[in-house]
Amino acid sequence: MRANAGAAPRIAAWNLNDLIEWDRRIRDKAAEFGLDCYPQEFELCDHNGMLGYMAYSGMPSHYPHWSYGKSYEKLKTLYDHGVSGLPYEMVINSNPAIAYLMRDNSLLLQVLTIAHVYGHNDFFKNNFTFKSTRAELTIEAFKAAAMRVRRYVEDPSIGVDRVERILDAAHALSWQCRRNLAIKKLTPLEQMARAEDSAQGQPDPFQKIHARKQIEAPDFHKVPLEPDEDLLLFIRDHNPFLADWEKDLLTIVDQEAKYFISMMETKIMNEGWASYWHKKILESLELEQGLHLEFIVNHNQVVRPIPGQINPYHLGLKIWEDIYRRFTNPTAEEIKRDGPPVKSGTEKIFEVREVERDASFIRRYLTEDLMREMDIFEYEARGEELVVSKVADEEGWREVKATLIKNVGTNSIPVLKVEDADFGQNRTLYVKHYHDGRDLQIEYAEKSLNYLQRLWGREVMLETALDGKRSLLCCNDRGFSVRALK
Amino acid sequence: MSSGDTIFREYRISDAERSDRSAGDRLRHRQKVRESIRENIADIIAEESIIGKDKDRVIKVPLRGIKEYRFVYGDNAPGASQGDGDSRPGQVVGKTGKDRPGQGDEQAGDRPGIDYYETDVTLEELIEIMFEDLELPNLERRALREIQSDYSSRRKGYRKVGIRIRLDKRRTAKQRVMRMLASDKRIDAVARALEESKADRELDTDVEGALDEIALEEGRLDEEALAPSTGAAFQRVHRRFPFHQNDLRYKHVEIDTKEESNAAVICIMDTSGSMDTMKKYLARSFFFLLYQFISTRYRNVEIVFIAHHTEASEVTEEEFFHKGESGGTFISSGYAKALEIIAARYHPSLWNLYAFHCSDGDNFDSDNPAALKDAEELAGICNLFGYGEIKPLGSRYYESSMLNVFRQIQAPNFHTVLIERKEDIWPSFRAFLAKDRVKEA
Repeated sequence: MRANAGAAPRIAAWNLNDLIEWDRRIRDKAAEFGLDCYPQEFELCDHNGMLGYMAYSGMPSHYPHWSYGKSYEKLKTLYDHGVSGLPYEMVINSNPAIAYLMRDNSLLLQVLTIAHVYGHNDFFKNNFTFKSTRAELTIEAFKAAAMRVRRYVEDPSIGVDRVERILDAAHALSWQCRRNLAIKKLTPLEQMARAEDSAQGQPDPFQKIHARKQIEAPDFHKVPLEPDEDLLLFIRDHNPFLADWEKDLLTIVDQEAKYFISMMETKIMNEGWASYWHKKILESLELEQGLHLEFIVNHNQVVRPIPGQINPYHLGLKIWEDIYRRFTNPTAEEIKRDGPPVKSGTEKIFEVREVERDASFIRRYLTEDLMREMDIFEYEARGEELVVSKVADEEGWREVKATLIKNVGTNSIPVLKVEDADFGQNRTLYVKHYHDGRDLQIEYAEKSLNYLQRLWGREVMLETALDGKRSLLCCNDRGFSVRALK
Repeated sequence: MSSGDTIFREYRISDAERSDRSAGDRLRHRQKVRESIRENIADIIAEESIIGKDKDRVIKVPLRGIKEYRFVYGDNAPGASQGDGDSRPGQVVGKTGKDRPGQGDEQAGDRPGIDYYETDVTLEELIEIMFEDLELPNLERRALREIQSDYSSRRKGYRKVGIRIRLDKRRTAKQRVMRMLASDKRIDAVARALEESKADRELDTDVEGALDEIALEEGRLDEEALAPSTGAAFQRVHRRFPFHQNDLRYKHVEIDTKEESNAAVICIMDTSGSMDTMKKYLARSFFFLLYQFISTRYRNVEIVFIAHHTEASEVTEEEFFHKGESGGTFISSGYAKALEIIAARYHPSLWNLYAFHCSDGDNFDSDNPAALKDAEELAGICNLFGYGEIKPLGSRYYESSMLNVFRQIQAPNFHTVLIERKEDIWPSFRAFLAKDRVKEA
């Protein structure tokens, strides 16, 4: 939750005991509602501390890199000039969950924030995307990585320039990794077994009377056997010229990216869920009138629709409330369309919070009616301008929804996979962009490809499509070039 | 909730103050920004906006070097967002590039398309970075023509050599006494001499006499010349212990000089009809750089603007850059005016002179010999004299050029540059100053 830009500083008329007391009441309510949380820790901080945590993604310790300095300066400039406010809170997925509270906030805001934090906490603990993040090790893992990077920086035989050379490149490629971490990645041996199975095909009960099938032996020498999405890890494992510390840096960056992939994948659900529960909890706390009014004002400010944007708090909350309503109190029309509900609303939302992520959440639960109510539209660039191309009417809503889904979570990141590590028997890295109608931004692609070449150490090629034509972007010692493919 | 109690960590001001965790990364980032500015300095200089601004002005500098690139989708990727209730197809909702509607909250990778970044630097900082890059450490000291504008003297110790006017008689006498004491054979004489030296009045004449003696020994004075006036001294010479050159002590005086370094930048520009706005702008950028650079090297910099067509006149800065004139071109008129102003106000022995002339080279042929002569003369008295020919791209093929004419000038501190577009300004400027370095080396 983020404060309005330029919000007037409030006088904090509370002490720590008040917070402890309110926290106890909130926890009791949360337990009553069935939320299942990690132990929670709150840390009070001032605006500088908050800016610091924001710059380092909330981590109490994080390895150094100039980009975090840049991000801090940017945040601070925006804050100082009143362009954007500070978040009321920041919570990280760890066990115990750690949240930062702004000490200058009013009592009501603290209460609201604490309730909101428990919503996130429950989500972190129970949603399937976070299962792979190993919350109990989060803090230690980041700390250990920070110490290792610092050691490389201080090592006279390595130094900051060489560390940055790797980190800059690794950061550019860090999101090029597997998105759904709940799906297990096959080991090369398992991939081999699978290739063998699929080469043999289905057993044929009539093989005696059928002509003998030609079995084409799979090429086990190909690297990788199956296209590999984990670019950094692939380079780490297949570039023999990397030093151990360089491999370690790639691992660190990859691990961090995978930690944040879960957050990215569930932004709308997560914020909606936390907003849903802070609303429910605060309503049940029987606040006195003054506090209640302040709560309504702040709540509405957080979850209001922002024309021209998608406010994840708003969209998320709307969908959660809609699911609950449809399973508790469906309209006759909905019963006709979907059948009578088989679960209670509460059961349903707890199930959804466990098994969905943003893309599936929107696909399955954002209804046509809701889209129309929220006036969600699709826009595209025409010349210099962005123009509304489709709105959520009868013929357009499916496409608008598809576009929305394409822009949530990791769907907004192009999918790149390593196809061949020895293209043309020349140790050229051949990477394919899985084109879905959206072209790559060519300047960014060129620069990122340069980074890829830096890490790979040899020529790299990227197959993609530009303006509907299959193209090959090459990057080698002679520079960058674009070729058309047949 | 089953698990243990929630932990609240109180805000402690000492922790907050200690934990400026981003300080190191911010510093590193600032270094990157500086590096990036340095790499792109030519482009930044070429931006119109910086020319002619005062030093405290903050300039927005787009940074190319420190963008964080990733693979992102380009402009043909449609987006979805929320409207205010009655969105219609065809409605314009924003502009491509900057404020693209997208996800509300910023999160890493959420909407990675835009990483437009610029930073604020003051002009002074920028100039510092600019000239830091020039790396001309020798230029400053050698090129200075220093004038002692101000000096004061103060006494500092004593020396064995010096001019007579600073002779310290008391110390000289003491030295003699000490030498006498040191010599065993003349002990009685020492006693007597001490008696004598107590009488100050006598001492003075004594010393004078002694000095004459020394001069005599060195053969600088004739015995005859001394004889009439110092006959008495001659009589006493055998019972006296004479001063020796080693006895002489002089007061030592040190002079504190304050070196005032003056420089005058003489900007000469062709304002004839053929100089259009673009050419003037290029000229102006060049003059601006020159002025800023000279300012960092000298304490007192004066700037003279001379505009010429067929006649030259000294003008104000405002007129120089903005007043359009017309007519033909006699380059020599501008040089003659410069020489005239130098003769009147900036004597070359007191001033470091930097002259630069910008023109499109469209001179009347008949004026070329005169221009050549005056240019040689200017090169003779200036630290550096340059001629910049401004030919916006392509035009040099059909317009006449002075570059060929000036090729005859042999002076090592004369330099010509060709400026075709704004990207050329910085490289030509560097080349121009490099000339100075060659000359001084």
